[in-house]
Amino acid sequence: MNLLSFRGGIHPPHSKSMTEHLPVEKALEPETVVIPLQQHIGAPCQAIVEVGEKVKVGQKIGEAGGFVSAPVHSSVSGTVKKIEKRMIINGTGTCVVIESDGLNEIHESVVPKGDVETLEPKEILDIINEAGIVGMGGAGFPTRVKLSPPPDKKIDVLIVNGAECEPYLTADHRLMLETPEDVVYGLRAVMKVLGLEKAYIAIENNKMDAVLSVKEAAKEYPGIQVVTVKTKYPQGGEKQLIYACSQREVPSGALPMDAGAVVSNVATMSAISKAIRTGMPLIERICTVTGDGIVEPKNIMIKNGTRISEIVAQAGGYKGDPGKLILGGPMMGFAQFTDNLPSTKTTSGVLVFTEEQARLPEYNPCIRCGKCVDICPSFVQPFAISAYSLNGMFDMAEKYNAMDCIECGSCSFICPSKRPLLHSIRMAKREIISKRRKTK
Amino acid sequence: MERKLIVTSSPHIRSNEATDKTMRDVVIALIPATLAGMYYFGFQTLIVVLLSVAAAMATEAIIQNMRKQPITVMDYSAALTGLLLALNMPPEIPYWMPVVGSIFAIAIVKQAFGGLGHNFINPALAARVFLIASWPVEMTTWKFPVDAVTEATPLALIKGSGVLPESVSIFNLFIGKVGGCIGEVSALALIIGGIYLVYRGVISPRIPLVYMGTVAVFTLIYSGFNFNFMMFHLLAGGLVLGAIFMATDYVSSPMTAKGQIIYAVGCGLITVMIRLFGGYPEGVSFSILFMNVVTPLIDKYVKSNVFGGVKK
Repeated sequence: MNLLSFRGGIHPPHSKSMTEHLPVEKALEPETVVIPLQQHIGAPCQAIVEVGEKVKVGQKIGEAGGFVSAPVHSSVSGTVKKIEKRMIINGTGTCVVIESDGLNEIHESVVPKGDVETLEPKEILDIINEAGIVGMGGAGFPTRVKLSPPPDKKIDVLIVNGAECEPYLTADHRLMLETPEDVVYGLRAVMKVLGLEKAYIAIENNKMDAVLSVKEAAKEYPGIQVVTVKTKYPQGGEKQLIYACSQREVPSGALPMDAGAVVSNVATMSAISKAIRTGMPLIERICTVTGDGIVEPKNIMIKNGTRISEIVAQAGGYKGDPGKLILGGPMMGFAQFTDNLPSTKTTSGVLVFTEEQARLPEYNPCIRCGKCVDICPSFVQPFAISAYSLNGMFDMAEKYNAMDCIECGSCSFICPSKRPLLHSIRMAKREIISKRRKTK
Repeated sequence: MERKLIVTSSPHIRSNEATDKTMRDVVIALIPATLAGMYYFGFQTLIVVLLSVAAAMATEAIIQNMRKQPITVMDYSAALTGLLLALNMPPEIPYWMPVVGSIFAIAIVKQAFGGLGHNFINPALAARVFLIASWPVEMTTWKFPVDAVTEATPLALIKGSGVLPESVSIFNLFIGKVGGCIGEVSALALIIGGIYLVYRGVISPRIPLVYMGTVAVFTLIYSGFNFNFMMFHLLAGGLVLGAIFMATDYVSSPMTAKGQIIYAVGCGLITVMIRLFGGYPEGVSFSILFMNVVTPLIDKYVKSNVFGGVKK
């Protein structure tokens, strides 16, 4: 088999065996959900419900606040208790707190929207928009925006990302095994929106069972090609996946659409399928709760706005004293200082490390071994950018293409001296961006 | 939850790679060559090795102590410098010389410039050249392994006459039955160590292969396609030791693949120039040191093309 891949990258331990064979369980009904009005990149939503108001499952509670935005919906039926600022994943944000009545009454707007065959592309786009669908791989980019390229950008490569290259996470894997037809249905809808006859579903070769199951689901659609990509991190990176599937390089500083490509996650496809077939907006997702700090690792279908502490409790709670709580995977996920946070549309994983695993090693001087240069999938020189950044020489960092860093963390992972390479590159990127803003 | 959680930015996991493991691998890779040296030249080579290693480690510890820095002598880097220096010395060297050399390597070349990772040239090589310049007689008195008489090395023989010495066969050069420095005589032992380093992912074969390839191509052309002449230059002297263990030194060699190729070609060219036209019989130490100095320049001008930077 000819495995598609990209140049560079690393092979972190998969650590997926804890959960990859466990079917997705339905979470217990949360008594209260805390739904952030911003669950995506872009403008926050405006609340369209009031305190004391009754809401139902699937009811829109936040209207998109701009072009790059996506509405949010209630994941339970019950009463709005509060609309207030709360801690969310990356800081604080306005949240709608809803106390569930346990009845799960479905809102009247949740009705099947039709069929891919009969819907017009514009109608599908509207359904995707109204259902609040965002990229579920991690960044949370509103899907409607991704599927509405400016007229001068011709899209001819569509890739569904089923790589799931982050260690520990198995949510996408289980999704592809258990409901592959949803992935294919959603993909057909997206193909229609973009007017494409051909699309790829890319899956890493450590999930051959998922490859088979998706192939089976897609066998009636010759335009959909299931491709097996090499198990390598960051294989699921947009630019890396585009290169692996089409040998196209996204130009430096540009977006995938500048290379004529759109990449979207398998879970996003599944959400699109649900929105069309049942009318249910994006109110729940599969989340992998795992790590050595969890008693009973699991894949759980969680409702949007469920507290992380409740999710952890359903996986048996913490094993010993937790050292680190990460939302997402170990390579790009965000460490949190509390578990009193609501889950969102992008919570693909809750990863808990023991205290011992949580401690980052002391770092040593750079011995110029060049490993970071060898593995960098953006082909920049992490050691150089880091050195300039740590010396406050951000102009030089910019010259060394700091802005091309995709923040995959491979350099920090591989460094034998355990240097904080990505940390310092991030610092340089921030300085460069703020300087660019000032000079504009 | 009242427990304290550690919060850092991603990535949250690190590989098992570590500086001291890498250095230890290089030390392990040098064991065959060290044993070959002891086999051919006798027990006193072990004393040279031990003195050199001990002096290097002691110097590092004393200086770090003086500078109130963490003492890192157990990270194998000083030990490696001492070992490399010892392997670059004639077998019958006076015992004080490895000690002086190691002190110079660590104190002047490594610690004076800031310690691990900051030396701009290879400390062991710099110390060797320092010893050659200061005590040329002691550094060029050789012992021949078989009959234990003092004799010129193969490269010195060819330097005088310009023809291949009949007493030296290519096979003996390969296994190490010739005169020379402790660690450089057995190409076989060095190549075994090199394969280990490539297998362990410590070095890429790029620099050694391009370096030796350059020497091969130019000696072949120079001699009018005399294959024996080429093999002789590949196996005699410190080329194999230098190409595998010295030129690949992380700190003083370029970081990018392209840069490493330029560097290795440079090493090869200068080696051939010195051997064929220069005043010294061998040129490996000088060529690597010279290219070490050029490394920052190479790293400055030879950068990898950023992903998506060239093609549209």
